[in-house]
Amino acid sequence: MSDVVLSVQGLETAFSTRAGTFKAVDGVSFDVGRGEIVGLVGESGSGKSVTGYSILGLVEPPGRIVGGRVELDGENLLALAPEKMRRMRGARVAMVFQDPMMTLNPVLRIGTQMIAAVRAHDPVSKADARTRARDALGIVGIPSPEERLDAYPHQLSGGMRQRVAIATALLHRPAVIIADEPTTALDVSIQGQILAEVRRLADETGTAFVWITHDLAVVSSLADKVCVMYAGRIVERGPADDVIASPRHPYTAGLLASVPSLHEPGAPLPQVPGSAPPPLQRPEGCAFRPRCARASEACLADPPLATFDDARRAALCHHPIEPDAWTSFSTSTASRNAS
Amino acid sequence: MIGFLIQRLIQAIAVVFVMSLIVFVGVYAIGNPIDVLIDPAADQALREALIRQYGFDQPLPVQYVTFLGNMLTGDFGESFVYRLPVLDLILSRLPATLELALSAMLIATLVGIPLGIWAGYKPDSLSAKLIMGFSVLGFSVPTFWVGLLLIMVFAVELGWLPSGGRGPTQEVMGVDVSILTGEGLSHILLPAFNLALFKLGLLIRLARAGMVEVMSSDFVRFARAQGLPERQVVSLHVLKNIAIPIVTVFGLEFGSTLAFAVVTETIFNWPGMGKLIIDSIMLLDRPVMVAYLILVVILFVTINLVVDLTYGQLDPRIRTKGAA
Ligand SMILES: Nc1ncnc2c1ncn2[C@@H]1O[C@H](COP(=O)(O)OP(=O)(O)O)[C@@H](O)[C@H]1O
Ligand code: SF4
Ligand SMILES: [Mg+2]
Repeated sequence: MSDVVLSVQGLETAFSTRAGTFKAVDGVSFDVGRGEIVGLVGESGSGKSVTGYSILGLVEPPGRIVGGRVELDGENLLALAPEKMRRMRGARVAMVFQDPMMTLNPVLRIGTQMIAAVRAHDPVSKADARTRARDALGIVGIPSPEERLDAYPHQLSGGMRQRVAIATALLHRPAVIIADEPTTALDVSIQGQILAEVRRLADETGTAFVWITHDLAVVSSLADKVCVMYAGRIVERGPADDVIASPRHPYTAGLLASVPSLHEPGAPLPQVPGSAPPPLQRPEGCAFRPRCARASEACLADPPLATFDDARRAALCHHPIEPDAWTSFSTSTASRNAS
Repeated sequence: MIGFLIQRLIQAIAVVFVMSLIVFVGVYAIGNPIDVLIDPAADQALREALIRQYGFDQPLPVQYVTFLGNMLTGDFGESFVYRLPVLDLILSRLPATLELALSAMLIATLVGIPLGIWAGYKPDSLSAKLIMGFSVLGFSVPTFWVGLLLIMVFAVELGWLPSGGRGPTQEVMGVDVSILTGEGLSHILLPAFNLALFKLGLLIRLARAGMVEVMSSDFVRFARAQGLPERQVVSLHVLKNIAIPIVTVFGLEFGSTLAFAVVTETIFNWPGMGKLIIDSIMLLDRPVMVAYLILVVILFVTINLVVDLTYGQLDPRIRTKGAA
């Protein structure tokens, strides 16, 4: 796992709107190892999708990448010419989107779409491309893949469609697949099947995943590492098990406290109080301050990155939670003890 | 599919039937053609004989049933003015109009759709704004005015192109065609462009609107995420998705161009159906008017049917519904 394939460093992506300019992604850094699954977690609007698009060079106006590096096997993707970047997309780094109803073209057969994806990078015959598409469908656990190639998207269930999307992303065995909430629109049992499939694929093929979700329960069952995003920044990162067992950032703690499956059954679910500020109204210093029980005067200044466990973990906070403080914290998120 | 076709065919026949009734009653209400037919100085006996000959003495329902019976055998009656079977008369004018309408549609399609696609692909570029400005002109400036302007500039001032008429024709499989010679082409260029202008504006807007919508869809983003070249993103993923509204408007416009090219045909003195119908209205040539309008209805119904069948080819979701 020490072998880093994708390294995002200080990524900044800004949007210029009529109301003003803001950074939807504001200095995001994280590393992804070969075959590793990294969960990227945060509330809606925290900048997860824009981070994904930025990595693939798919940010569209009024958005613009204004800083940082995205290194894939040491090569900075942000410095590549458009045509070179196109050859990377799908071949070395791929992406899957949230809504399986919309990510496949409704008027083209599955086979047509997948064959085009194969031939975008490899000049093979249609027959060979079709064989590869069929094999990819088999790999993600789609029954009778040959027939599915002739189907139109509307003839498949949501879960099947998302598997088709994942199979398409896998066609060229990319080093990394960015998966943007791919199971959010699916029901829980289908989601479970796909998560198990993805875990197996990562282990067998060595493809790494950046799994974007707003659901920490998904991360706990799937990811090796987790990055928690808030208002365009990564506020906490570390091994998934450790972060979930003992969060250091108050926001992570709040998120965890509101996940049902990580809780005593029947216990009331506390929510993180308040809601995320609109990007143009982020407070100075720590953006989480208005919602934070531990906030102090110090939090008016930009929080420092505190590292723990030999830098395997980090939290962007003036007052990170001490490891032993978590138990009392989790039983009552509303505990307002500041020190 | 067969069930769908039969259903549509029955609908089509019903529409034609209802329209024939409306047209017949409507034209009947316009006025008595006998005054046009007969020398005002003719005596009463001759007058009455003629009225009986044409069946004008019968009550309206009887006249209609007779007309309907004849129509079903392909007999639309005889023109009061030309003394020729109406159907022959109309069909003899059809090739000229068909040629003009097809040329206009061809220009509008080949120019309008690529321009619209480009304008939708780069909506903020200067070229896109110029194209959109042109399209607004295309469907807001009156056809007759553009026609006159074209004649003024290219026929009168520059003298490059003839100002009217169809030029020489060749017979190809029993149909007169003029576009096979340079001279024929030079005759059709101005009227075809004049007729195309409105459609051109319309198709540009439609193609652009579809393009803007489809380009922002998730499947286009997904296609890009797979590394498809832009050219293929557009040709494979976008074109088929924007085709449905374009085909619809294409069909309707083709129908109305065939039926109502009147203004352009008049300005350019084009010997097509448009001139025939205008003349027949002026002279109250009832059989020609009725037959023409009914043929127009049949034309529209047929084009709509073809358009509906095309939908199924373009969108598999419609196909399944149609089959069910
Ligand atoms: N095309 C766009 N134009 C303007 N703002 C955008 C655009 N796309 C995203 N944003 C803004 O960027 C921020 C992050 O969005 P996003 O990455 O989609 O959040 P997430 O995926 O975490 O829910 C949001 O505030 C969103 O409003
Ligand atoms: S920096 Fe302050 S306000 Fe922000 S999360 Fe830490 S304690 Fe709360
Ligand atoms: Mg998102």
